[in-house]
Amino acid sequence: MIERREALAKMFSAKGSKVNTNRGEDYYRSLMQTMTKRLEELEKMPAASKTSIQSVLEAEGLNRRDFMKWASATTAMLMLPSQFTPLIAKAAEVMNRVPVIWLELQDCAGNSEAILRSDAPTIDELILEVISLEFNETLMAAAGHQAEEHLEEAMHTFKGKYLCVVEGSIPLAMEGMYGTIGAYGETFKDHLLRVAADSAAVVAVGTCATFGGVPAAAPNPTGAVGVQDVVRGKPIINIPACPANPANITGTILHFVLTGQVPELDHLNRPKFAFGYRIHDNCERRAHFDAGEFVEEWGDAGAQNNFCLYKMGCKGPMTFNNCSIVRYNEAVNWPIGAGHGCIGCSEPQFWDKYAQERPMADTHFKAPTGGVEKTVDEFGLGLLTAAGIGIGIHALSSVTAGKKEENE
Amino acid sequence: MSKHIIVDPVTRIEGHLRVEAVIDENNMIKDAYASSTMFRGIETILKGRDPRDAGLLAMRICGVCTGTHYQRSIEAVEDAFDVTIPKNARIVRNLIQGALYLHDHVVHFYHLHGLDWVDITAALEADPQKAEEESFNWCKTPYGVSKSELIQIQERLTKFVKQGRLGIFSNAYWGNKSYKLTPEQNLIATAHYLQALDLQRDAAKMMAIFGGKMPHPQSLVVGGVTCVQDIQNPARIAMFKTLLKKFTHFIKTAYMPDLAMAGVKYVDEALDGTGAGLKNYMSYGDFRLDDTGFYNSALLFPAGVVLNGDLSSYIPFDQTKVAEDVTHAWYTGDKPLHPYDGETNPHYTGLEKKEDGYKYLKTGEKYSWIKSPIYDDNRVEVGPLARMVVGVAAGDERITKYVTNFLALLGEKLGLGKPAPTAALFSTVGRTAARAIETELMADVMLEWVDELAANVASGDLSTWTEFDFNKVSKDAKGHGLAEAPRGGLGHWVKIKDGKIENYQAVVPSTWNAAPRDYKDRMGAYEAALIGTKVSNVDQPLEILRTIHSFDPCIACAVHIVDTKGKELAHFKVNTSCSI
Repeated sequence: MIERREALAKMFSAKGSKVNTNRGEDYYRSLMQTMTKRLEELEKMPAASKTSIQSVLEAEGLNRRDFMKWASATTAMLMLPSQFTPLIAKAAEVMNRVPVIWLELQDCAGNSEAILRSDAPTIDELILEVISLEFNETLMAAAGHQAEEHLEEAMHTFKGKYLCVVEGSIPLAMEGMYGTIGAYGETFKDHLLRVAADSAAVVAVGTCATFGGVPAAAPNPTGAVGVQDVVRGKPIINIPACPANPANITGTILHFVLTGQVPELDHLNRPKFAFGYRIHDNCERRAHFDAGEFVEEWGDAGAQNNFCLYKMGCKGPMTFNNCSIVRYNEAVNWPIGAGHGCIGCSEPQFWDKYAQERPMADTHFKAPTGGVEKTVDEFGLGLLTAAGIGIGIHALSSVTAGKKEENE
Repeated sequence: MSKHIIVDPVTRIEGHLRVEAVIDENNMIKDAYASSTMFRGIETILKGRDPRDAGLLAMRICGVCTGTHYQRSIEAVEDAFDVTIPKNARIVRNLIQGALYLHDHVVHFYHLHGLDWVDITAALEADPQKAEEESFNWCKTPYGVSKSELIQIQERLTKFVKQGRLGIFSNAYWGNKSYKLTPEQNLIATAHYLQALDLQRDAAKMMAIFGGKMPHPQSLVVGGVTCVQDIQNPARIAMFKTLLKKFTHFIKTAYMPDLAMAGVKYVDEALDGTGAGLKNYMSYGDFRLDDTGFYNSALLFPAGVVLNGDLSSYIPFDQTKVAEDVTHAWYTGDKPLHPYDGETNPHYTGLEKKEDGYKYLKTGEKYSWIKSPIYDDNRVEVGPLARMVVGVAAGDERITKYVTNFLALLGEKLGLGKPAPTAALFSTVGRTAARAIETELMADVMLEWVDELAANVASGDLSTWTEFDFNKVSKDAKGHGLAEAPRGGLGHWVKIKDGKIENYQAVVPSTWNAAPRDYKDRMGAYEAALIGTKVSNVDQPLEILRTIHSFDPCIACAVHIVDTKGKELAHFKVNTSCSI
């Protein structure tokens, strides 16, 4: 019992479940210098789209105050102190210097749809004004040869400068023939390699593009993999989740604009500002977990009182993402808010490990013993599954634990 | 000398679609082939999994129909387990699904399909004053198109067009002769295009209120829904209702008037039946209106079949008559199979490289990742038009009323002195019109449903889930979830053995519509709809896109695509990507 309690104590006091939001004056001073320099350089560059954020705001009937509100919220999301707000605003102003080419591979268009539904900046700003969205099959007007020509032209004009955003996995089985595009019947793999080659960085959006996602779920009939398994020699940023939260996509692009570099990443190449958080730590139902109050059956009295969903298979304790803070669709809701457990959709192989409506202990997936959650970086695969057991123990013993404490 | 043209990628659809058309010396499409160029194997992935988890995974078939696949997969399992969900759960599912209809149809009309009818660059030449006046011809209280608003819109557009970097608007078929709206009308539609971009987020929010997020909601489970706290909070229901009313306002004062405006301008194409295609229509039926159980309850959209455009003959729907054929699809198999016994064994035979360097579909053999579904040995079309046609044939009062009203309005605007003929609906324009008619109907009926939900919760009924004994019911069971996604009939069939999925097949809207030819060499709906269409400029095959887009292709949905080989007229290949 003592071991168990020590494990629990460790679990909830572990450094890693916190994100370092105060890195000291020196760090931020030097960061600010880097960013200021970068923005000055960008400003000198010719705009990919000549429209400025000012004209967007005017056209939208938004005032400077609305814009600054957005900028300060975004600064906070990127885990930067408030003195960075003017820089974020500036970054949005020079965003039109960074063209984006958006590729859809083995996808369901869910991430494009998510972007369409994003709130800040609004999609028409995204499309028309702020970013130069050079190629997106879902929305672009040109089709067929014109679409391909347009892609070629964008790649040539912005060689080495554009961000290549990828949605969907890459099928490698059968020499890649499970997915082809264009009149030449180019495979998705060749298509991606061609566009990635001249990009500044590749941003994999959604769990299919990052870790293979649905197509890569067992038995992976098409040999699907993520971008990082195909593209070499380019900075790669992974923004998983199914679909990725648009706030995290925008945040990452902004960060790139600000620094010209990829944001700080964890061991899975995910930006820490978004994936440094564990769902469980910021969950609105966390108090019920601690109190040992669980939903035992869909729609029961526990459900009506918003109790913890761990016993209904919630994988919040194993999942790193900022859903519990940012939420979805203009923060109107999120899965746990709607009474369903987290399915761990920002973690590799989550379809095979996490996407069940039962706790880890009851699934066919065998977890190794020992260990508890550690930092997002140290969070190895084995440890990750073991955490399920740790939490399971807690769920079972949470009521008695309080009593023991009194006795001791 | 006939020309063979390829459109790949077909953009402004979800997924990867390829169309090949053969065009004669008069630029008339003689033959067409549609092909999906992407395969993921989701049916295979589902085998062996717990049926209670299938919905979450099956939902990822498509990020656009998203919640539809989720719900149908869950309902297939509920059908297998013989579970009837509580009233609250039924209404919540209807509301999430209904919001998806509103969202999809509006986004489709303005953002995915609108550019086939609306020439954005022509909107620059418009006189805002005249455009404002024009808007009153179509609506008593037009939405957001006053002179001052239009001037602002024009200023924004000017900047983009002048700098020559239109981003995703660039390189479209602007200036093509087959654009028929006046500059003023183009300006009105363009204004609504931009306003709808903003508004569609409200529809997504409506889905998220009860669904948790959108796309890919997460509040449905086998037996009911999980969003107890959202339905027991009056503020949430009120928020839903407010957003719904706001959106309904846009539908009635922007979408419907724009549709009438386009309908009048493009009426010749409607009357001569351009893009009619198969004229066989099928609806799986959907939106249960009472709690008498799965396939007993009254439906908002009746299930049924209409053949050869004959509205006087309504044929009831029977799911046992659905089968899938793989003669022209990249799978092995020798005869059409019912989905319970369906197989998905990939057998890719590739494209053919010709002297011009392009790769062409081998239309004589297999040429698509989409299978060819048939109903009672007929090729059929699905979608909003099919739902309206089947509804009218079945004598559904509500549907008939909305259809009749629209035809009367069109007749009046055309100065016919009588309603426009129903046959005008059997066309590309008609397909687009049916979608709008349905949107208005849906918005109105959803308002009734929200009140029904609020009243039921207020009466003290908080139940959201029906209990079942999993071990008992999952030993040996099979079930189907048949329903209507915004773009057409969507069905999931599941066989369960010892608590695990033994077989899983999905026959979805784009499977029906984008399928290749079948074992009798009969064309799929896209292919058939293209035959006989005249292309004014072969380098800008706008007419092809218009017809394909009128189906709202969701190749993401089309697991198995069709291959055509019928008449020696034209070749179209449609390749889709988000295949099952």
